[in-house]
Amino acid sequence: MIKVEFLGPIAKAPVEMEAATLADVSAKLKEDSTLTQWLDKCAVALNDTMVNDLSTALKDGDRVSILPPVCGG
Amino acid sequence: MELYSGSLDTKEIFGRWLDEQADSNYGAYISFVGTIRAEDDIEALSFDIYEPVLQQWFDAWQERAKAVGAVVKMAHAIGDVPVHTSSYVSAVFSPKRRVALELIDAFVEDFKANAPIWKYDVKNGERIYAADRSTAMDGAGLLA
Repeated sequence: MIKVEFLGPIAKAPVEMEAATLADVSAKLKEDSTLTQWLDKCAVALNDTMVNDLSTALKDGDRVSILPPVCGG
Repeated sequence: MELYSGSLDTKEIFGRWLDEQADSNYGAYISFVGTIRAEDDIEALSFDIYEPVLQQWFDAWQERAKAVGAVVKMAHAIGDVPVHTSSYVSAVFSPKRRVALELIDAFVEDFKANAPIWKYDVKNGERIYAADRSTAMDGAGLLA
């Protein structure tokens, strides 16, 4: 089981799911209509390290963070 | 990297950073202050920060600065920051001015694009995500 958390303005509670890769996470999140407006704009971190590859393997206890568009300063 | 609840005490921060480097033999110290402007009837801006990724972003910049003999510094506010006060300060120390001038430009611009910080307008006590001023981070859209 892995955990997906949604940061900043997405305002959605974390969800847990079975997923072997980030591609599995993508498929499951696409089923959630509340995320439709977010996924194409969001970056992804795995255990607090930014990731760029959908084939990234996941293991039990991993934490995936969804980071919406930013504006510091 | 320093994070504070609410507005920054810019004079204290800049003064302390100067004191810390007083004997480091840096020839240049360039500072940047971000101040909340009164516009669009906002009372304040408000900020969320994801500190673990921000720390990694900052550590990578510290390494980049070190490679050219420089040091980067930054402080940012969390939560509400009223207009005419400061939410963000950064600085670069380097042996000579050219490195510091170039680094502060690249550092502040990359901060705007990739530091995991979310901004909200505060109007009538309500937080409204500043979607139109926000930038998708590098690698955005991976899961779409």
